[in-house]
Amino acid sequence: MGGVARAALLILADGRFPAGGHAHSGGAEEAVRAGRVRDAATLHAYCAGRLATTGLTTAALAAAACAGLGLAALDEAADARTPSPALREVSRRLGRQALRAARAAWPGPDLDALAAAHPRGAHQPVVVGTAARAAGLTPVDAAHAVAYEAVSGPASAAVRLLSLDPFDATAVLARLAPQLDAVAADAAACAVRAGRDGVDALPAAASPWLDIAAERHAARPVRLFGS
Amino acid sequence: MGLTAHARITAAPDARGSTSLPLLAGDGPLALRRVRAYGTEARVCLVGAMSAPLGGDHLALTAAVEPGARLTLTSAAATIALPGRTGAPASYTIRITVGEDAELHWLPEPLIAAAGSRLDVITRIDLAPGARLLYREEQILGRTGEPPGSLTSRLTVRHAGRLLLDQHTGFGPGHPGWDGPAQLAGRRAVGQLLSTGPPVEPEGVRVTEDAVSVPLAGAGRLTTAVAADGLALRRLLTDLRPDAAPRTASANCAPRTAPSPRSRHAAPAAAADTPPP
Repeated sequence: MGGVARAALLILADGRFPAGGHAHSGGAEEAVRAGRVRDAATLHAYCAGRLATTGLTTAALAAAACAGLGLAALDEAADARTPSPALREVSRRLGRQALRAARAAWPGPDLDALAAAHPRGAHQPVVVGTAARAAGLTPVDAAHAVAYEAVSGPASAAVRLLSLDPFDATAVLARLAPQLDAVAADAAACAVRAGRDGVDALPAAASPWLDIAAERHAARPVRLFGS
Repeated sequence: MGLTAHARITAAPDARGSTSLPLLAGDGPLALRRVRAYGTEARVCLVGAMSAPLGGDHLALTAAVEPGARLTLTSAAATIALPGRTGAPASYTIRITVGEDAELHWLPEPLIAAAGSRLDVITRIDLAPGARLLYREEQILGRTGEPPGSLTSRLTVRHAGRLLLDQHTGFGPGHPGWDGPAQLAGRRAVGQLLSTGPPVEPEGVRVTEDAVSVPLAGAGRLTTAVAADGLALRRLLTDLRPDAAPRTASANCAPRTAPSPRSRHAAPAAAADTPPP
């Protein structure tokens, strides 16, 4: 099935999919301001750290949604894994935009139900997972799409924030490909366990500094990216 | 081969409107002392009776605060995770339940991951409706001047059956990116202070350079900080939430029993339960 629906994954994970992600840097803007991300090498380290924490956690939420786990339980799990109110707000805003795009692309009852249950916006990975399901994709596909966004957002933001060579930013992503595959596989395996044992089996990997940075960013009067 | 120990505390309201400790059972390295309390609470101090956890040890601590009771837990000293003989990881499982209209202040000293150690901490907290919690967790990665061991910590908190907070951190060798620009970037201390139950105030977010205090999606507030060392960490956690600071700074634990040298034959259980003062 994954092979059959491969093109749908390209559409879902495309940076031009109109879900609003381009306005967010995945914490990279604050990391640049803090002097933590300065060049391609530190961008790579930043992306690797983000992928291993929030990347894994959100990829697993998407995989679980794609596998058909209860959406109310996943919404609660996403809230509990997102202590930062700024990041909860961003996740729901991006979820709302992604849901509009997904309902246009793959209309169906699952996406309609998600929209009805969360008029203020469902969490973005839950939306992506449900959209992947509607598009005939598999949980590991949904995990790939979300894990990729966890690193492609910071990489493309770094091009603007640091005037980084776009070729270098793309090379950073290419070097992360094996880790992306591993995180997606791990996330999908956790979704299978969660289907059996409940949502507590989903990973909750977190970076305390990313939570602090997200709130510092949200408090700044002047910023280029939404998060 | 490590040791296995399971210490237990139960706090219950007594007839005079105060709190009694019907169960106070230390085990192995986890010795428990009842210490002088304030007002209607009971106060328990966790005393390290021998070096633990070492690699391969499996420690557990269960605390139940029954409806209407008030308990404060402190510890006499930092807990230091050390390497074992085999390289096997140690585990420390903490299980806390707080009943309706009960209150728990869980304020132990930091956990230090010494070089070469491997420890997985699992903390599960279940709060009844109307329960009040103040929970502090501080992790120091390595003793002064040494690289850290591997330390993971999963904290899962439910309030009235609903998931309030679920967080899993992993620092030290074997955890990708832990010291990179998305995580600690050279800092060696990380901590949290969680408070739940009404009143959760003040509203809104408070943020400083290295710490933030935020309202959770459910009824709770979480203060998170990263710092160069344990002292700076404690200051950040205390400054951002002064109303929730411990009533006394650090000398809050008597008697100050020095941990005895590690002995597999120690029998601390007999000495664990001192009568209330």
